[in-house]
Amino acid sequence: MSIALTLGPTFFHWPPDRLRDFYYRISDEAPVERVHVGEVVCGKRMPFSDPVWPEVIERLERGGKEVVLSTLAMPTLPRERRAVEEFCADGHLVEINDVTALPARAGAPFVAGPFLNVYNEATAQFLIRRGASTICPPVELPLATIGAIAAACPDTEFEVFAFGRLPLALSGRCYHARLHGLHKDSCQFTCEQDPDGLVVETLDDQAFLAMNGVQTLSAQVQAVLFSPADLDAQRIRRLRLSPHTCDMVAVARTYRALLAGDLAPVEALARLSDLDLPGALVDGYARGAAGSQPVALA
Amino acid sequence: MTAGRRMELVCPAGTPATLRAAVAAGADAVYCGFSDDTNARNFPGLNFSPQEMAEGVRFAHDHGSKVLVAINTFARAGDTDPWRKAADTAVACGADAVIAADIAVLDHMAQNHPKTRLHLSVQAAAATPEAIGFYTEAFAVRRVVLPRVLSVQEIAALNRAIAVETEAFVFGGLCVMMEGRCHLSSYATGRSPNLNGVCSPPEAVSYEEAGDATTARLSGFTIDRYEPGSPAGYPTLCKGQFKAGGKTGYLFEDPVSLNAGTMIIALKEAGITALKIEGRQRGKGYVSEVVRAFRRAVDAAEQGRDPVEIEGILASLSEGGRQTTGAYRKTWR
Repeated sequence: MSIALTLGPTFFHWPPDRLRDFYYRISDEAPVERVHVGEVVCGKRMPFSDPVWPEVIERLERGGKEVVLSTLAMPTLPRERRAVEEFCADGHLVEINDVTALPARAGAPFVAGPFLNVYNEATAQFLIRRGASTICPPVELPLATIGAIAAACPDTEFEVFAFGRLPLALSGRCYHARLHGLHKDSCQFTCEQDPDGLVVETLDDQAFLAMNGVQTLSAQVQAVLFSPADLDAQRIRRLRLSPHTCDMVAVARTYRALLAGDLAPVEALARLSDLDLPGALVDGYARGAAGSQPVALA
Repeated sequence: MTAGRRMELVCPAGTPATLRAAVAAGADAVYCGFSDDTNARNFPGLNFSPQEMAEGVRFAHDHGSKVLVAINTFARAGDTDPWRKAADTAVACGADAVIAADIAVLDHMAQNHPKTRLHLSVQAAAATPEAIGFYTEAFAVRRVVLPRVLSVQEIAALNRAIAVETEAFVFGGLCVMMEGRCHLSSYATGRSPNLNGVCSPPEAVSYEEAGDATTARLSGFTIDRYEPGSPAGYPTLCKGQFKAGGKTGYLFEDPVSLNAGTMIIALKEAGITALKIEGRQRGKGYVSEVVRAFRRAVDAAEQGRDPVEIEGILASLSEGGRQTTGAYRKTWR
C-alpha cells in the first residue's frame, strides 16, 4: 500500500506574512497529500495567525491538498477552549491534541495528534470508536510499537512523526518569557524571534533542546528515513513532516522520492543533510533508543 | 464541588513500613503501587507485592485510613495484560480507589470494576472542564488529581465548572512540565515516565569531578555543575542549568521542590477535596515527619486558625532544599 505525506502544524510563532507565503508555496510546489493548519502551541498567538487561515485553506484546497485543522495542545483560558470547540464544529477534518476537544467532536472523524497519549491498542481502539481515523502516536514510541498498535487497528491510518524538531514537552510556564525576564501575560511575543525555536545548550556547549514559548522541543531534527518496505511492515500509512524555516518543499520531495523507491535511505539522508537545518539529524525514538541518538540506517 | 467538607490528606508510601508510618502520622489516605512498571515510581526496592498490598489495605482500614492504588503509567502496546491484572489485583486487595491515567486502564476499570472508585491521575493532565467532563462521562471518574500548572484562581474556576472531586499536590517533587506529556527523559536516556514509570533514571546518571567542580550528567548530557563545597544534587533534566540566547542558568525551573503549605486555606476555598504529598520514593522517617506536620496544618486550617500559625507548623519542613509554591500563586503567568 502507498504511504502518504502529511505536513504537520507549524509549532512556531511565524508572522502572518511568513505563514501565508509558506503555505502558498506548499500548496503550489510540495508533493504532500495533507496539510495541517492552525495554532497548536500557544493560544496567545491565535489573534495573529487566525486571519491568515481562511485564505491559506482556500489556496491549499484549490491546490488539491486535504486540509486538517489542528487544535491547541494545552487549551486553558475560556477563549482557547472556545476556539477548540469552534474548530471541532467545523466541516474540515480536525486534529485533536488534547482530551478537551473530544466531547466537542462528538464522534465525527478526527486525527489523534502526537500530544494525545495513545500508547497501546486498547486506547487506540477506544479513540477509533469515538471517531479517530488517523493516529499519530506520541513521538517517543518506537516504530515497532506503533506497528503493534496498528496491527490491532487494521482500518485506521497510523502516522509517524518523520521530520522536524521533536515536540518533547509542554508547560504552564513560558520559557521565552522567563528567559527575557517577562511574565507570560506580558510576554511581548519574544518567541517570534526564533522561527525554529531557540536552541538550549548544555554547560558544555552541546546542543540539546529548543524552547518555543510554553513548548520544549529537541535541538536535533528527527529524520525517520526507513525504506518503504520497512514502513509498510509496521503498517505505517503516513509520514508527518513538521514545518521549519529550511526548504520544506525540498524536504517533501526527498521523502516523496524515498517512498517511491527513487531514493535510497542513505541518499535521502545526504539530501536532507545538505539543507539549512536547525540541528543534526536523529532517529533514536523510531529505533527504540533514546530520541537523541543520531540517524543510524540499517 | 464539595466545599465545606473536611479536606483529605493523601500521603505517599513506597513500602509497607512507610504505609504504616503514614497511617500512624495521620494520613486520611495512602497511595502506593505494585512492584512493576504499572506505576510511575518504578524504582528498585520500592512498591508492593499483591500480598503486601492486601495487608497494607487491612492495616489502613483497621486504623481508619484508605488506600489508593496508583496504576498510572501507560499500558505497553501488545502487552496490556499486566495493567489489567494490576487493576484486578488492586480491587481484590480491597483498594478504596484506583488512580489511573491511561484510557486503556480507565476503560478496563469502568467496564469490569464499576463499584471501585476511580481517580484520574495527574499523568492524564486533565485541566479543563471539557477534559474532566470527558473522563467522568466515559469512565465515571470520581476524583481528578490536578496538573501542577494551575493557579489557585484557575482551580477555583475549574471547580465551579465540574461535578467531581479534585486533589491538589501540596508538597514534594514538582514537575514544571505538563505531567504525562513530557518526553525529555526518553530523549536523553531512552526511558521516561510514560513508557517506564521513571524520569531521569539513576542508571543514566554520572558524576565527574574535574578541576574543582563536580559535573552531573544524564546519558552524557551535562545537566548541572556544582562548585566546591556546594552539594551535588540529582540531575533531574528540567531542573538543570543550560545556556540559551546568551544566558546561562536554570532556564526551565530552579532545583526547587513544592511546598504549598501556606496555600492550604486558599486551596480549600478553591474547592479542593484532597491534598496530596508527593514522594513514594522517600523513606519512612521523611514521610512520617511530613505527614505529621501536614496533619497538624490541615487540622488547623479546618479549625479556621490563623495562616501564620499554619506557616509556623510547616516551617520545620523547609530546612535544606529550596521550595516554591509552584504555579498556585500565579507567578508563572
